[in-house]
Amino acid sequence: MKIIDFMAYELIEKINNKEIKVIDILQQTYENIEASEDLIHSFISLSKEEALEKARILDKKLDNGKQSGKLFGLPIAIKDLICVKNNLTTCGSKILEGYKPPYNATVSDRILEKENAICVGRTNMDEFAMGSSTENSSYGPSYNPWDFNRVPGGSSGGSATCVASGQTIISLGTDTGGSIRCPASYCGVTGLKPTYGRVSRYGLISYANSLDVIGPISRCVKDAALLLKIMAGKDPLDSTSYDIKVDNYTNDLDKPIEKKVLGVPKEFFGEGIEQSVKKKINEAIKISENLGAEIREITLPHLEYTIPTYYLIAMSEASSNLARFDGLRYGEMYDNPQSDVFEVFSKTRGEKFGEEVRRRIILGTYILSAGYYEMFYLKALKVRTLIKQDFKNAFTQCDAIVCPTMPTTAFKIGELVDDPLQMYLMDALTCPVNLAGLPALSIPCGFDQNNLPIGFQIIGNYFDEHTILNIGNLIENKLNIYRKIPQIIRNKK
Amino acid sequence: MSDTEVIIGLEVHIQLTNLKTKLFCSCNSDYRGKEQNTIVCPICLGLPGSLPVINENAIGYATRLALALDCKINEEFWFFRKNYFYPDLPKAFQISQYNKAGGKAFGDGGHITIRLDGEKKEISLDRIHLEEDPARLVHKGSIASSPYTLVDYNRSGMTLIEIVTNPVMKSPEEARDFLNQLKSIVQYTGIADLDLEGSVRVDANISIKGNPRSEVKNINSFKEVERALKWEIQRQRNALKRGKELIQETRHWDDKRRVTIGLRTKEFEKDYRYFPEQDLVPINIDKKFIEEVKKELPEMPNARMKRFQEQYQLSEFDSEILVLDKNLADFFEKGVQQNKSFGLDDYKTYCNWLMGDISRWLNDNNKNINDSKLKSNQLNELIMNINDGKITGKIAKGFVDEMMKGNSISDIIKKSGKKRIADEATLYKIVEEVLKENLDIVKDYNGNPRALEALIGKCMQKTRGQADPNVTRNLIKKKIQ
Repeated sequence: MKIIDFMAYELIEKINNKEIKVIDILQQTYENIEASEDLIHSFISLSKEEALEKARILDKKLDNGKQSGKLFGLPIAIKDLICVKNNLTTCGSKILEGYKPPYNATVSDRILEKENAICVGRTNMDEFAMGSSTENSSYGPSYNPWDFNRVPGGSSGGSATCVASGQTIISLGTDTGGSIRCPASYCGVTGLKPTYGRVSRYGLISYANSLDVIGPISRCVKDAALLLKIMAGKDPLDSTSYDIKVDNYTNDLDKPIEKKVLGVPKEFFGEGIEQSVKKKINEAIKISENLGAEIREITLPHLEYTIPTYYLIAMSEASSNLARFDGLRYGEMYDNPQSDVFEVFSKTRGEKFGEEVRRRIILGTYILSAGYYEMFYLKALKVRTLIKQDFKNAFTQCDAIVCPTMPTTAFKIGELVDDPLQMYLMDALTCPVNLAGLPALSIPCGFDQNNLPIGFQIIGNYFDEHTILNIGNLIENKLNIYRKIPQIIRNKK
Repeated sequence: MSDTEVIIGLEVHIQLTNLKTKLFCSCNSDYRGKEQNTIVCPICLGLPGSLPVINENAIGYATRLALALDCKINEEFWFFRKNYFYPDLPKAFQISQYNKAGGKAFGDGGHITIRLDGEKKEISLDRIHLEEDPARLVHKGSIASSPYTLVDYNRSGMTLIEIVTNPVMKSPEEARDFLNQLKSIVQYTGIADLDLEGSVRVDANISIKGNPRSEVKNINSFKEVERALKWEIQRQRNALKRGKELIQETRHWDDKRRVTIGLRTKEFEKDYRYFPEQDLVPINIDKKFIEEVKKELPEMPNARMKRFQEQYQLSEFDSEILVLDKNLADFFEKGVQQNKSFGLDDYKTYCNWLMGDISRWLNDNNKNINDSKLKSNQLNELIMNINDGKITGKIAKGFVDEMMKGNSISDIIKKSGKKRIADEATLYKIVEEVLKENLDIVKDYNGNPRALEALIGKCMQKTRGQADPNVTRNLIKKKIQ
C-alpha cells in the first residue's frame, strides 16, 4: 500500500482499521522525503527519530486498543514558525538558528498532543514569512515540484511542496498576506486561510500580528476541513481568538450549492491577470454555475489600495514584532567583549537578519516614527476599514466571492528577486482578504500551457469557513484533478 | 525668589504587589526573595510566539486607584506598544498606555490634597495608566562604572501603575508630602504594599522657572525623592549662578553617592513609536463595573480624617497624622472601641501613645504596627492603669519595649516592681533629700520657672519614675515657700 495514493482522512481510517501500521506510514513518509528532498528542499529540519519513536508507541496503543485522537498516527509537516516544544523552530532565519522553544503552540498541542498526529519536520519558508517565493529563506529556496526552475510560492513554500510532491500528506502553514494560498496555488494543492481569530495564534511567531493566521495545506478540501475542525476555537491564551461555535466542517461538504450566490469582483479580473489564469478561473466559475450556484458581478471599489495598505501595516507591525530578536536570550549573538549592549544588538540584527527582513524592519520603523505615523500608519488603518466595508457590502449580495488566487502561475527562481515591488504586487489578490480578516480557500483548478497549476480562490464571510469548504469540495469533485502528483516525482519514485 | 521659582512634576510608578499574578501571564507576582529567573514563563520572557492576556484583577485595582484619586476613567481603550531597545525589555517593547495617537490613559485628571504648615494645596494629576514592569538590572556598584549588567526577569511583566502629576509642585517638601499622601491612598485601596523593596520608582522633572528641565530617573524609594530633588535644585541654582546655561537632559540618581549624574549615552530624540497592541483586544470598563468597585472601596484617608475630628474630637493635626498610616488608624479605632468606658480624654491619650512612643519604637525597629506583637487591649490596659493611679505615665513609658514584645501589662508591672508613689509621707522624705542635694537649683527657683521641673525630674530619678508628678510638685512648692 502506497500512502501517496491516499488522502489524510482515508489514511486515518486505514490506521484505525489496522490495514496499515503507523510505523509503515512514517517510514514511507521519510522514504518519500529522502527520494525527492534534494530536488525540492521542503524542509529546514526533520525529526525522524522522534517521529519513528512516536509511531512505534502509537502502534502499541493500537495493538492494545488504546488509540485516541482524531489524527491518530497521521504524519504532518509544520511550518518553521509555529512553536513545537523542544523542536527546532527557526522561522527560516539565521537569527533563530538552533532555537528550540520550551513550549508548544496551541495548534501544536491540539494536533500533536491531543489528536496524536506526528510531526515529521519543519517546512521551509521565506524568513519570518516575508516573501512570496520562499527565496528569502536563510536556508536556501524550495523548488516547485511541477518545474524545478520555478518558485513554489511563499511564504509557506515548503508546506506546499511537501504536500504537492507527496512527501507527506498534510501540513500547516501561515497566511499573513497570502502565504498559504499563494504556494497552494503555485503547487496545485489546497490551502485554507481561516478567519482571523478562528485559530489560536499562541505560539505562532508573529510577522504582522493583526494579519497572521495559521491554516492547513492539503491535497483535498476534506482534509483541510478535518484539520480546521481540530485547530479552530477560542484559546484562553490568545485574546484575539473568538468564542464562536466551531462547525463540524467535514459534515455537509457534499451539500448542493443550488441556492448559493457567488460574487465575482470585476476588480479581480483586471490588468495583470494572465490569460491562461483567467481562462481556467472562468471554467471553474462555469462549473459552479452548472452546480446550480448563481453568479453575480460585484464590486470592491477600494481594492486598488490593497498593496500599499497591506505593506504599511505589515511592515509597521513587523518592525515591532521582530525587535525582540537581539541574541540576548535565544538564538545566536554577536559576541565581542569590547562592544556595549547596543552594538551587540545592532551587529546581531544586522548580521543575522536577511535582506528582505531588514528592508521591512527599516521601512516599518520609519512608518511608525514621529511625524510619519499619522501620514502612513493611521491612514493605512483607515483604508483598511474601507476595504473591510467593501467586503461587508459585497457579502450582503453573495454567499462567497470567487476569483483567482494568484495573477500568474509560478514564476522562475530569481526572476523577481531584484524587483521587490513587482514581487509585492503578486499579493494583490490575496492581501485584501487578510486586511479584512476573512476566510479564503485556494483549490487547484487546472494547469496552464506549461503544465503549471492554477489556483481558484473562494473567499467566505466571517467565520463561514463551512460555505467555502462546501463550494470548494463540489468543484474539486467535478474537476477531479486533486490526486494528481507531478510526473517528475512519480518517475523518481 | 520669583526668578528662582522651582517647578516639580513627578511620574510615580507603583507596583501592584497585592495582585496574585503578573499583568499579562499567570506567573506569581510574589517574586521577592526568590531565586533569579525562576518566576518566569514564555509570556513574561517575551519568547517568540507568546501572547499577552490581560489580568482582569489589574483592571479592578486600577479602577480602585482611579476612583480614590478622582480620575475620570476611560471606559474603552487599547493598550499601546512603547518600542525601545534595552536589555531589561525582553520583547523590545513595553505594553503600556498612551494618551495620544488615538490612545487613551486609564484615567485622566484627578488630584491629591497635601497639607504643609497647616496650608492645604491640591496637586493636580495629568493621568494614570497601566503598564508592565521591565526586568530588573543588577550592576556591580554604580551603573556608570559597572563592568557588567545582570538581568533578572522575575520582575518582568509585573503590573505597574504610573501616576503622572502636572508640574505644579514648588518644593521638595511639597513633593515629599504628595508622596506620603499617595502612599496612604494606595494603602487604603489595598492594591499594593509600598514598603516592599522596589515597589516604587519615581522619575522627577525639575526646573527653575524659565530654564530647561531635567528629568531625574531611578529614584527607587519615596525617601530618596526629597533628597534627590534638593540636590538637583541646588545643582541647577549653582549652575545658573555661575552663568552656565542649563540643558534639557535625563539624569540618573546615584543613591550611593547621593548625586544626580548626566548619563553620557548617545543623545537622540526619544521616539518610542507608540502604536496599538493588537495582541490584546480593547479594554472595556463599563459603568456598572465602576459602580461595583466604588461600593467596595473603603473610606479614604481624607474622609476618615474628618470623621476622626468629629467622632473622637481629635485635632486636625492629630487626625491627619493618625490616618496617614491605615494600620495605625485601624489599630486606634479597634482599641478605643474595645473599651466602652473611654472618653474624649482617653481618645487623645490613646492617639498620643500611638503617634508618640509606639511610632518611635516602630521606626527604630523598622516595623509596621501590624507586624509588631502589640495588641490593642495591651495599650488599653496600660492607659487604664495610669487612669487608675496604679502607675505613672513615666513608668508606663518605660514599659513600651516590653509591651511591643507582646508581654501582658500585668506581668510587666509585676516584674518591674514599680507602682505609683502618691503617699505624701514617703514623697516628703524624697523631696527633702533632693532639695538638700541640689542647692544650686533651689537657689535659681525664684528666677527660673524651669527649676521646678528640674527638681521634679530629680525626684523621678530617685524613685525610678514612680513618684506621682502632681503630688511631688505640690510638696516641692510647699517646702520651698
